[in-house]
Amino acid sequence: MTLRLTKVLIVLCAGVLGACTTPDTPVEVFDPYEKTNRKVHNFNVGLDRALLRPTSTAYGVVVPRPVRTGVSNFANNIDTPRFMLNDLAQGNIVDAGHNFMRFLVNTTLGVGGIFDPATSFGLETRRTGFGETLHVWGTEEGAYIELPVFGPSNERDAIGTVVDFISNPLSATIDASDDWIPPTANVMDRLGDRYDFADTIDSLFDDSEDSYISARILYIQNRRFELGGNGGNAEFDPFAEFDDDPFAEFDEE
Amino acid sequence: MDRRQFIALTGAGALAFAAGPVAAQAAQAEQLVTAAVNDITRSINSGKSAAALYNDFETIFERYGDVGYSAQGVMGRPWREMSNQQRRAFADALKVYLSRKYGRRFREFQGAEINVMNTREIRRGTEVVTSVKLRGSAPFEVLFRVRDVNGQPRFYDLVIEGISLVVTERAEIGAKLDARRGDVDALIADLRAAA
Repeated sequence: MTLRLTKVLIVLCAGVLGACTTPDTPVEVFDPYEKTNRKVHNFNVGLDRALLRPTSTAYGVVVPRPVRTGVSNFANNIDTPRFMLNDLAQGNIVDAGHNFMRFLVNTTLGVGGIFDPATSFGLETRRTGFGETLHVWGTEEGAYIELPVFGPSNERDAIGTVVDFISNPLSATIDASDDWIPPTANVMDRLGDRYDFADTIDSLFDDSEDSYISARILYIQNRRFELGGNGGNAEFDPFAEFDDDPFAEFDEE
Repeated sequence: MDRRQFIALTGAGALAFAAGPVAAQAAQAEQLVTAAVNDITRSINSGKSAAALYNDFETIFERYGDVGYSAQGVMGRPWREMSNQQRRAFADALKVYLSRKYGRRFREFQGAEINVMNTREIRRGTEVVTSVKLRGSAPFEVLFRVRDVNGQPRFYDLVIEGISLVVTERAEIGAKLDARRGDVDALIADLRAAA
C-alpha cells in the first residue's frame, strides 16, 4: 500500500508537477523545453515591443508618480490576503501575522490601500505565493519554462503563478461587478514596473547577445535567492573546473 | 604553572593561531571592499564624463580585482584550450567590456549608500556582505567574493540579490562565442570594440 502510494506520488510528481528532475551539473541550467520556450520568448519580446513598452511609457509619462505609487500600493494591498494565506500554508505564522497587520493598517489608515503607512511602522511588504508554498512543501523547481506574458518561470512556479492568479481570497468577498478591479490594478502595477525599470529591461532585450539566455540565467539565480538557501539547489560554481591560478598551465615565467 | 594550565594555555594559543589567519583574511577582505567602494563612489559622484568614468572603473578592476580569475570563470570550458596570450587578451578585454557595460548605468548609482555589513568564510576565501541603498528604493544585498592572491585580497565575483556577475556573464559570453562560431579572437576584438 505504501509502496503503491509512493508510486502514485512519483507518477503524479513526474506527470502533473513534472518537477522532480534535477540538472546534471551545477553550472548548467535544466532546460529541456528550450525550443518551445524560445518561441514563447520571441512572442514575449514582440509583445513587449508592440504593446508593453509603448503603453508603459505612455502610462509613466501621463500618470504622475504619486498616482502610480498609489496604484502600486493598492495592487499590493489587494494581494496581501493571498500572501497571508500562503504564509499559513507554509506554516510561517510570523509572516502571516505580519501580513495580516499590514493589510489591516493599509486598508484603514492607508485609505483602502492607496497609501502604505504600514511600511513606516516596520510592516514592510513580504511577498510570497503558491510557488514558494510548493517549495516549502518540498517540490523542486523542475525544468525552466518561459510563460507567455508572465515571462521566465519553472515547472513549479508556473503552477504557482496559475494558482496565485485564481486564488485571491479577496475576490470571494467583493461584488461580482467589482471583479475587474484586482486584475486591472495588477496590470497597471506591472506597467508601472515596466516604466520604472525601463533601462534595465530595454538593455536586457536590446544589448544582450541572446536575450533568452540572459533572461533565463537572471531569473533562475534571483528566484533561488528569493527562496533562501539557493532554493535548495547546489550553487552555480563557475570556478569548479579550474585550478587556483588561471594562468598556471601556460605560464612562461 | 601546573600541567592543566599549560595545556589550557597552549590550547588557547593553538586556537588563536588557527583563528588568526581567518580573522585577518576577513579584515583584509573588508578593507579591500571598503577601499574599492570608496573609489567607485568617488568616481560616480565626481561629475566626470562617461568616458573618463570607464577608465576609472578599469583601474578599479585592476587594483582590487583578480580579473584573470574572473575571466576564467566567465569563459568556462573554452579557457582550457586557449593559449596564455589569448587568456590575457580575453581578461583585458573583459575588463574593458564590463567597465563600459556596467559603467553606462552609473547614474542610477549616484548618491548610493553602500555599507559593509559583515563577512563570512566561503570555499575560495571570504564573502563581504554589503547593503546598497539607491535613491528611492529599498536597500538590497551585494556580496563581494574575495580571494587571496599571493597574500593580497582581490575580489573575483559580485553577487547582487543572488545574481552572480561571473555566472551571468558566462551565459552572455557563451552566447557571444556561439554567435562567432567559437572564434575566441573575434570575441576578444568585439568586446574591446563594443562602445
